[in-house]
Amino acid sequence: MTKLDAKIPQGPLAEKWTNYKAHQNLVNPSNKRRLDIIVVGTGLAGASAAASFGEMGFNVKVFGIHDSPRRAHSIAAQGGINAAKNYPNDGDSIYRLFYDTIKGGDYRAREGNVYRLAEVSNNIIDQCVAQGVPFAREYGGLLDNRSFGGAQVSRTFYARGQTGQQLLLGAYSALSKEIKKGSVKMFMRREMLELVVIEGRARGIIVRNLITGEIERHSAHAVVIATGGYGNVFFLSTNAMASNGSAAWKVYKKGAFFGNPSFTQIHPTCIPVHGDYQSKLTLMSESLRNDGRIWVPKHKEDAEKIQKGKLKPTEIPEDRRDYYLERRYPAFGNLVPRDVASRAAKERCDAGYGVGSTGLAVYLDFEDAIKRLGKHVIEARYGNLFQMYEKIVDENPYETPMMIYPAVHYTMGGIWVDYELQTTIPGLFAAGEANFSDHGANRLGASALMQGLSDGYFVLPYTIQNYLADQIRVPRFETKLPEFEEAEKAARERIEKLLSINGTDTVDTFHRRLGLIMWDHVGMGRNKEGLEKAIKMIQELRAEFWKNVRVPGKNEMVNPELEKALRLADYMELGELMARDALLREESCGGHFREEHQTEEGEALRDDENFTYVSAWEYTGDDKEPKLNKEPLVFEFIEVKQRNYK
Amino acid sequence: MDLTLKIWRQATASEKGKFVEYQVQNISADASFLEMLDVLNEELVRKGEDPVAFDHDCREGICGACSLYINGRPHGPDKGITTCQMHMRRFKDGETIVIEPWRAKPFPVIKDLMVDRTAFDEIIQAGGYVSINTGGVPDANAIPIPKRDADTAMDAAACIGCGACVAACKNASAMLFVAAKVSQFAVLPQGKIEARERVQNMVAKMDELGFGNCTNTYACEAECPKEISVSHIARMNREYLSAKLVSQKE
Ligand SMILES: Cc1cc2nc3c(=O)[nH]c(=O)nc-3n(C[C@H](O)[C@H](O)[C@H](O)COP(=O)(O)OP(=O)(O)OC[C@H]3O[C@@H](n4cnc5c(N)ncnc54)[C@H](O)[C@@H]3O)c2cc1C
Ligand code: FES
Repeated sequence: MTKLDAKIPQGPLAEKWTNYKAHQNLVNPSNKRRLDIIVVGTGLAGASAAASFGEMGFNVKVFGIHDSPRRAHSIAAQGGINAAKNYPNDGDSIYRLFYDTIKGGDYRAREGNVYRLAEVSNNIIDQCVAQGVPFAREYGGLLDNRSFGGAQVSRTFYARGQTGQQLLLGAYSALSKEIKKGSVKMFMRREMLELVVIEGRARGIIVRNLITGEIERHSAHAVVIATGGYGNVFFLSTNAMASNGSAAWKVYKKGAFFGNPSFTQIHPTCIPVHGDYQSKLTLMSESLRNDGRIWVPKHKEDAEKIQKGKLKPTEIPEDRRDYYLERRYPAFGNLVPRDVASRAAKERCDAGYGVGSTGLAVYLDFEDAIKRLGKHVIEARYGNLFQMYEKIVDENPYETPMMIYPAVHYTMGGIWVDYELQTTIPGLFAAGEANFSDHGANRLGASALMQGLSDGYFVLPYTIQNYLADQIRVPRFETKLPEFEEAEKAARERIEKLLSINGTDTVDTFHRRLGLIMWDHVGMGRNKEGLEKAIKMIQELRAEFWKNVRVPGKNEMVNPELEKALRLADYMELGELMARDALLREESCGGHFREEHQTEEGEALRDDENFTYVSAWEYTGDDKEPKLNKEPLVFEFIEVKQRNYK
Repeated sequence: MDLTLKIWRQATASEKGKFVEYQVQNISADASFLEMLDVLNEELVRKGEDPVAFDHDCREGICGACSLYINGRPHGPDKGITTCQMHMRRFKDGETIVIEPWRAKPFPVIKDLMVDRTAFDEIIQAGGYVSINTGGVPDANAIPIPKRDADTAMDAAACIGCGACVAACKNASAMLFVAAKVSQFAVLPQGKIEARERVQNMVAKMDELGFGNCTNTYACEAECPKEISVSHIARMNREYLSAKLVSQKE
């Protein structure tokens, strides 16, 4: 078995990162000019990394599938970003943010990484304010905070309901400044199709120009993958339509290990599914749980009447309502972590207490908050979210409770990286949601933005130098090398194959079917039988896809169907790996709930003795089973406990 | 619902385009506008025809990718929303809907309903940032900012860069887009330091890229899905004038 070295620096937790930086190798300014870095992705992680590399003097090439860096999926993040500033003086600290994150992740993340994340969180807020990010402020002119699930302090910074937008625009502005300066070259509407590995090191990528179909080769001394998460494997998710797992999957097939692929976050507060034409699900920010109360009818007969449209939620009196989160988890109430809230909603709906016409919804009610604070306060806090809800559902949430249901939202799993964010392929790094690093088996709200920017602004700019320091004598690479040739050939063959099948079913038809398999068997509740079945079903569906999909047009044109087909082909394989990982992990932890492993009260039951490790999957060939490598997780500084939000 | 769609089809930037009529049937009133187009595209693919290309991604009104000119208005008939946020209940059964791309010289058509908006990136590159590097910045609370100013900055910063303002303007002016960025930075202490250079460089770039002049018809504000106010244009004009004056004096 390959030995996985996470390269966690020695020393006390609080000194690890300082020690690392004090002893790492650096690249001097004149050598930086001779080194090229490719960054794939312009979301928070990619844009912040590319801008920072450019500022430092490296030659940077940045790639994205969108027309502009500003449209990366990070733009859609609503609620906020965490930091351990303790501005509200409510007892927060770096240690507490670290602790909450490890605990929230159900003790399946690395202490060293998470501590560093908490440590640099404060720098992020400073950086963004200096860039002109208009965070919410109080009347005294200082920054305002709100609270998010899984925490008992208020440490979330926000910019109305558009925090991701404002942070991304900040990173985009820094990137634009470097593009103007000439240190960063931008290649948009380009999709990475292959990684080029030369003598065991990452040296370039193959991309498709999404306008002309041209296949391009790009070389560099190091490659950073920051292409986001793979939640769209479920077809319906809160992710943007073009979000994909393809770049991550391509590097996996070139030798990078894939960490914890089954760890998926199902977000409790999304607008429920309503029709089979539906293309995506809409998130209602977790911040709503600050003031909204979640409930379902206490009596089944009321739930049934509601489902049939014979009773309105406002007609159900207080004593006939079950505020099940407040009942089950009095200490955290409506602010329990996402995995707990999602499962509790599913439990109520499965038991027949769900609302809405499908019975697959619960109420998120603002009546009390409006009474307590006044409508204007609620409007100021959540106005845009309420408006969004009303547009979609055609109901006014000021007057009747919102209906919500869990939906796929985020993937904690991703490309395996060590402390330096380097993958198992030297010279290949992964950042943001694309890596598996910091959230264990469940991510806390407002921590993805923090991690993306931490990786890009404050971690990679250091750690990549430790790699590049011994690359200064390596000349620039010619893209005529056979390795580029081969990678391009593989990409072209895949495209030609897809275009030549000319079957009867559309890409979306197949994607919907894959999504259903994933949701039913690799979703919120998983069990052995279902997972085994899912693996078989995915294999069959994949075979059918390659025989019967219809991709119209040609390569040399704008061809969105071809783009979708290429992404789906990868999801068809990734989905299977997710099921395998879930099958192997015979415990429940965080978002991974194995129905066979639960406490009497229905809480997730971990098996620390056998599963305190990261599963790092290794590709061994298309028709071979992937190999599992284990990175043991060692907890030196905190005591591993059962999570308790009661 | 059954609908007739008149859609602008154009194979590439250099080819001539034309309207083509399509029928779609059994569309749910709860479907979004783009989901209705998905249904059409699935049908076209099944029939072996070329599906309609359009830009989209988040489908919740924030990425700024979607950009359809519907029945003569950018983002369709409703105020304050993007195309992707519009639902079919907004239309009547049997209605004919005309769908075009943004039409403005600086936004050339790529294919069908997709246009090239990289001109906006170029304007931002001309000065839409604060020139600081990563690290070495003061504590976030070191400079208090009046809530009023922070709120104004946020109002301006809410721009999603979709280009509806340009598409709505008879002169294809990008004033509202540029003003939103200039204004965001002009009211924040962090942005004030480079305010003079910024406004001049961004305006010069906008002119260079072929965007037209502002003749105060305010169609931009009326059609902006984020309802960004033209008061930002007034602020930008003040900034621009005073920047000019100061540079002349120097
Ligand atoms: C609706 C919603 C709300 C959220 N709210 C919050 C929140 O309030 N707080 C929080 O902390 N987190 C939130 N999250 C999570 C968070 O937004 C994401 O995890 C994070 O923004 C991911 O950033 P990223 O830089 O890793 O990737 P992304 O922003 O997804 O960027 C990916 C980039 O890669 C490019 N790309 C993708 N594939 C390819 C390819 N094959 N080739 C080339 N380029 C490619 C894209 O063009 C894009 O530039 C939310 C997520 C969603 C879906
Ligand atoms: S698709 Fe993102 S704003 Fe419409």
